[in-house]
Amino acid sequence: MNKIKSLADLKKLQTEVQSKIKLREKGDHSENLIQIKVSMATCGIASGAKETMTYFIEELDHQGIDAIVTQTGCMGYCYAEPTIELTIPGQQPVVYGFVTKAKAQEIIEKHVKLNEMVDGIIPVNYSSIDN
Amino acid sequence: MKDLSLHILDIVQNSIRAKATLIGIEITEHPKENNLIISVLDDGTGMSPEQLQRAIDPFYTSRTTRKVGLGLSLFKQNTEMTGGSFSIESELGKGTKVTAVFGLNHFDRPVMGDLVGTLLILICSPDAPDYVFKHQTPSGEFEFNTRDIKQTLEDVPITHPDVRNFLKEMLQENLEQIQISE
Repeated sequence: MNKIKSLADLKKLQTEVQSKIKLREKGDHSENLIQIKVSMATCGIASGAKETMTYFIEELDHQGIDAIVTQTGCMGYCYAEPTIELTIPGQQPVVYGFVTKAKAQEIIEKHVKLNEMVDGIIPVNYSSIDN
Repeated sequence: MKDLSLHILDIVQNSIRAKATLIGIEITEHPKENNLIISVLDDGTGMSPEQLQRAIDPFYTSRTTRKVGLGLSLFKQNTEMTGGSFSIESELGKGTKVTAVFGLNHFDRPVMGDLVGTLLILICSPDAPDYVFKHQTPSGEFEFNTRDIKQTLEDVPITHPDVRNFLKEMLQENLEQIQISE
């Protein structure tokens, strides 16, 4: 069987990536980065949490936004899955429910990039004002 | 849960919650015997005989955020719908092994789905445990171990976008070669 990618190929990549990382400033401590936790229990997975998490990882990477996207357990909002918890450095975490790809895009464009909260926060105590 | 890959993602979450440091995922297809076997085993905290007895009860969970635990019971139900079987072995302090056997050609067997996406989410997460993945079909076998990958990467994080893209291609290429049945 012709194995296309191997650990030898990964070693080459490792050398390239390591030199890129060394060129960057050492400012990537996790507390200085945007953190997104995607709830990944049965309720979340059945509602599309995997697609939501993959979208956040790929879109943030595509836009060059440094962030930590990770998975977490059930946050107890099973009715509103997929749910995510977004933490902007220096601010309180915010939980969003029903985070489809479209909602994830809105969260990136407004909350992550402009620090403007959008509709969909749970527990429901916030809604944006239409001008 | 529409795909088997989503079931795998779900069952592995139990291992992560059980503080496993090494998780094995094995998929074996036996067309002659007409079965597809999925095993998830871990070195986590394991379950007591009492917990094990109740593990597939949908109204039992060790979580405190909700009162139902549907993952294992849904997985078991899916195996039974295809004429298969389901078992859990567990020992406190040693770990747990979940084995699901599906009728490979059964009309009700869920498709494998996006296995590469599931594996990437598991592997490329910060603080992820180590994984040994093995997929065996009559066309061949593909196995990888994240310990080997992390050793090769040295101080480069496995979450780095370039590494993630590399692993995505590696998984796609290797899994395509052994042809995952749908």
